[in-house]
Amino acid sequence: MMQLLVDGIVAASFITLGVIGLSMVFNILNFPSFAQGDQITSGAYMALAIATLFGTVGGPAGGLSVGWCITIALPCAVVLNALLALIIDRAIYRQLRLRGASRISMIMASFGVSLMLRNVIVMFAGQDPHFFTFAIQPALRIWGIRIAVNELIVIGVTFVLVLCLHLFLSRTTLGKSMRAVAENPSLARVNGIDVDRVIQWTWIIGTGLATVAGVLLGFTVQLHPFMGFELLLPMFAALIVGGMTNIYGVLLGALLIGLVEGLTVEYLAPEYRQAAPFAAIILVLLFKPHGIFGEKA
Amino acid sequence: MTETEPHLVVEHLVAGYVPDVPILRGASLNVNPGELVTVLGPNGAGKSTLIKAIAGMVPVKEGDVRVSGKSIRGIATHALVGAGVAYVPQTNNVFTRLSVEENLELGCICDITRTRERIEETYRLFPDLARLRRLAAGRLSGGQRQMVAVGRALMARPGLIMLDEPSAGLSPKMTDMVFQKLLEVRAGGVTILLVEQNAKAALAICDRGYVLAEGRDRFTGTGAELLSSPEVGELYLGSKSRLAS
Repeated sequence: MMQLLVDGIVAASFITLGVIGLSMVFNILNFPSFAQGDQITSGAYMALAIATLFGTVGGPAGGLSVGWCITIALPCAVVLNALLALIIDRAIYRQLRLRGASRISMIMASFGVSLMLRNVIVMFAGQDPHFFTFAIQPALRIWGIRIAVNELIVIGVTFVLVLCLHLFLSRTTLGKSMRAVAENPSLARVNGIDVDRVIQWTWIIGTGLATVAGVLLGFTVQLHPFMGFELLLPMFAALIVGGMTNIYGVLLGALLIGLVEGLTVEYLAPEYRQAAPFAAIILVLLFKPHGIFGEKA
Repeated sequence: MTETEPHLVVEHLVAGYVPDVPILRGASLNVNPGELVTVLGPNGAGKSTLIKAIAGMVPVKEGDVRVSGKSIRGIATHALVGAGVAYVPQTNNVFTRLSVEENLELGCICDITRTRERIEETYRLFPDLARLRRLAAGRLSGGQRQMVAVGRALMARPGLIMLDEPSAGLSPKMTDMVFQKLLEVRAGGVTILLVEQNAKAALAICDRGYVLAEGRDRFTGTGAELLSSPEVGELYLGSKSRLAS
């Protein structure tokens, strides 16, 4: 049972880091970005490219199955991927916003961005999977639970980043401005909040965390052009189950979906893994139509 | 700014949400430093549009808006606070998911070094808010929300504050309380432009008033003059009876 919980938490970590950006963009720019998954992928591939630039992807370091170069490649990829997101926003989404595009148009545009990103990745890196490392990592045993060092890192990094996000949103002026813009952009403007700047930070933070998700996913599993897109469904499930507008609800939604996926693999069959989030959405919405922590619109 | 220049000048303003369908059709008014001026008018006269056009939230086609002699026509709304003008919208004027104190904090975003001391000053003006500081603003009563909205607008220490129907949805007792606070604010040297539906209450506290109808300023005078003016009464009652039918 504990094993299941730990596996669920690992799965939930990737969903969590990815869904934060999805939720922020949804609340601040008012559309669900279908490109969020591919921004996870692009982050992972950017880190791989940078790590490869350093010559060797690096042998295992300190129990980790990837080399130390990842500690340089990750922050570089975060910056690059965030920059890419800002360019995409300026070139595409902002043009649509200025023209008063509907939510449907924004969603369609994000589909376009999703396809573009994925195909550019395939163009450069091909369809075949890539690996940060080929080293095989023996799992540790802690109180009878099998867990790899990589997975411990995933949980730890996610926990620290979520804590940072919480402090950012509740303590800093920029964080409070973001919550203000999410709730009422026109009142935010009246207060002197530069909404365009808040939107830029939304992309930076959301894509930054997505990049971390991609890299972590890359070194616990593998990199392939659909790695982020496959995460899109569970991310949407977490968003809906958590109630869209409440970031803490969404984080809990991510944990729930991660656990549901883990349970499905264990007790049903691994093939049902992708269907599990759907079942969770339906079940939750039947009883709580606005999600577990959602507010009535 | 010369001695004679009013704090706020609105000149022949033509503005509306849709091109070629102006809601304001040449509205003018001026507010002298330290004055409390109210804008009245029947529903649809363009009162809210006037305030929003000043705030840069509605496209202005013709005319000018000057604050202390400087044109702010077509200003980006987020730059309004920097120009010394605060605006309290009629509805949704607090961030309901943020606490009272966070709401106040965001009012001071252009001068964050002063946030703490100004929050304390705001609590002195609205002692009730100090008690409610940790509460989400969405859980407050209508009157309390209005306090938060006014308190937040004052956080940036504006020279001019514009309020859009602060009495909307409030009980007469609450309206009195809010208006008393506005008098206190004016006593602190802040110029006030007040758009109101509640003509009697607004005329009782204002220095001067304008009556807006069909997008133009139709009458102006002191509170007492407007209260006793038969034309103003007719404009109101006429439109009211039309609305009722």
